[in-house]
Amino acid sequence: MRASVLEARGVVKEFGGLRAVAGVDLTLGSGELRCLIGPNGAGKSTLFKLLAGVLRPTAGTIRFKGLDLSRLEPHEVARAGIGIKFQVPRVYDRLAVAENLWLAANFRHGRAAAGAAVERALAEIGFGERRQATVAHLSHGDRQWVEIGMVLAGEPELILLDEPTAGMTHAEARRTADLVREINRRATVVVVEHDMDFVRQLAATVTVLHRGAVLAEGSIDEIRDNATVRDIYLGTRRRARG
Amino acid sequence: MRAEPAVWAAGAVALGGLPLLLSPFQVVQLTVFMAFCLLALSLDLIWGVAGILSFGQAAFFGVGGYAYGVVGINSGSTALALAGAVLGAALLAALLAYFTFYGRVGAMYFAVITLTVTLILHQVMGSTADPRYAIGAARLGGYNGMTNIPSLALELPGRAPTVLEPVPLFYAVGGLLLLVLVLGRVLVRSPFGRVLVAIREDEGRTELLGYDVRWRKLLTFVIAGGIAGLSGGLFAGWGNFINPQVFSLSQSALVVIWVMVGGRGTLYGAIAGTLVVQSLTNYLGAASVTYTTVLLGLALVVIVLILPGGLVPALGRLLSRLAPRPGRALEVPP
Repeated sequence: MRASVLEARGVVKEFGGLRAVAGVDLTLGSGELRCLIGPNGAGKSTLFKLLAGVLRPTAGTIRFKGLDLSRLEPHEVARAGIGIKFQVPRVYDRLAVAENLWLAANFRHGRAAAGAAVERALAEIGFGERRQATVAHLSHGDRQWVEIGMVLAGEPELILLDEPTAGMTHAEARRTADLVREINRRATVVVVEHDMDFVRQLAATVTVLHRGAVLAEGSIDEIRDNATVRDIYLGTRRRARG
Repeated sequence: MRAEPAVWAAGAVALGGLPLLLSPFQVVQLTVFMAFCLLALSLDLIWGVAGILSFGQAAFFGVGGYAYGVVGINSGSTALALAGAVLGAALLAALLAYFTFYGRVGAMYFAVITLTVTLILHQVMGSTADPRYAIGAARLGGYNGMTNIPSLALELPGRAPTVLEPVPLFYAVGGLLLLVLVLGRVLVRSPFGRVLVAIREDEGRTELLGYDVRWRKLLTFVIAGGIAGLSGGLFAGWGNFINPQVFSLSQSALVVIWVMVGGRGTLYGAIAGTLVVQSLTNYLGAASVTYTTVLLGLALVVIVLILPGGLVPALGRLLSRLAPRPGRALEVPP
């Protein structure tokens, strides 16, 4: 058993009368790759924001390397070693690609080493040529890449990715899957995802959320064979399509 | 970027030559305009670069002016008085910034709070007409203001201080303006300045990248407050006088107008905006007595409508169109 990096115990998040997350327990081992899936409104994005320290839980605790996230200021969460990629890319639109990455690298590496970290991240996302491009002028998929580059430049121990393939083409999504597996060699990774093909490509442990609670956990095949999951998740999808 | 030192050098040369071309009256006028430029520059640093709108720069200007007067009258040293102006204003800025930034007050409330503080100072300083409101030998003077403030003087050890004549005063204020501009540009270009721009663009994201934005905002606000204080001190030393009118609503708004007209975020814009607006005010004041404010208002509306980003960014765009080369935009679009 690997040492656990992230431990959520009895996490509840309420917005007024709405219980978005209703008692989630989640343990992540060091170096693990985990996918969070679930139908719309299952509480994935809320749980993601709780894990990222953006929201504070109404009840329960989230510990990262033993640190209680709810006691940390937002910048301390990043300093502890958590890197975040949001569902809608949260990048500095009016700045150049390299400047975005530099901002992510600078606090972590300091002035001297930040340049090298930026170069590494630019190479990994394949933006070496377009380093001076203004982010606002890029396509949605490219802006996703820029934010992934920012996460890489910060070299965090735990990486949280919220729907990283949203707005990407099929080929781009495949490239992202390769990249996620690649960065998983260096860091623990949590991916919130909608796209089941992408989840399959990652070959990760899958946690299924439903109505703010964990419904099932296992490999993608186990999840696919789980009758309840099929009913609520795949069933709703089919209904939605039909 | 590499052309910048050349711009500074050109500025220094222009500064050196101007008193030879201008009338004595114009030299005196331009001196006070350059003091105002420092005030505009302080707002551009906090608003244009770091994205925090402050209506309180007039308050720091006024506090700087009064501090200059109090220290100058009591000590007789204008160097000490100028230091007092900077420190007094910076101290007030630090106090205000600590409670608002660490209390996580929103941007809109911050703007309102800074304006409120300015207007409170207006009231408080206005009600100090009684002779018992004095600090040492310096009487605050209520709405009549503080008088007999010493003129800026050159103080060299072992010699009697010599009061600066208009042309040396012009060089002193111009030199300080150039110095603050260069230091400000260096600050904006530094890693600290790049993080300030990130705070302006998306404060929440910047925090999530690991930056504690609170002390960065505080430090920037204190620096800006100190610059505004310096400006106020120079103003008080220039006119030998200060009154609560510096804390008025129109004065607070005027600083914002200077920066808006010149264009935010470049620091050059603040200087250009101040010079244009103040020259225009003077010109209109001399030409037609009745409708100065209306005409000035009209001119400002036209400038803002035609060049929403301000004068300097528009000029930058024009230059880059004439001589296209890759570069990054400095301006803040509206």
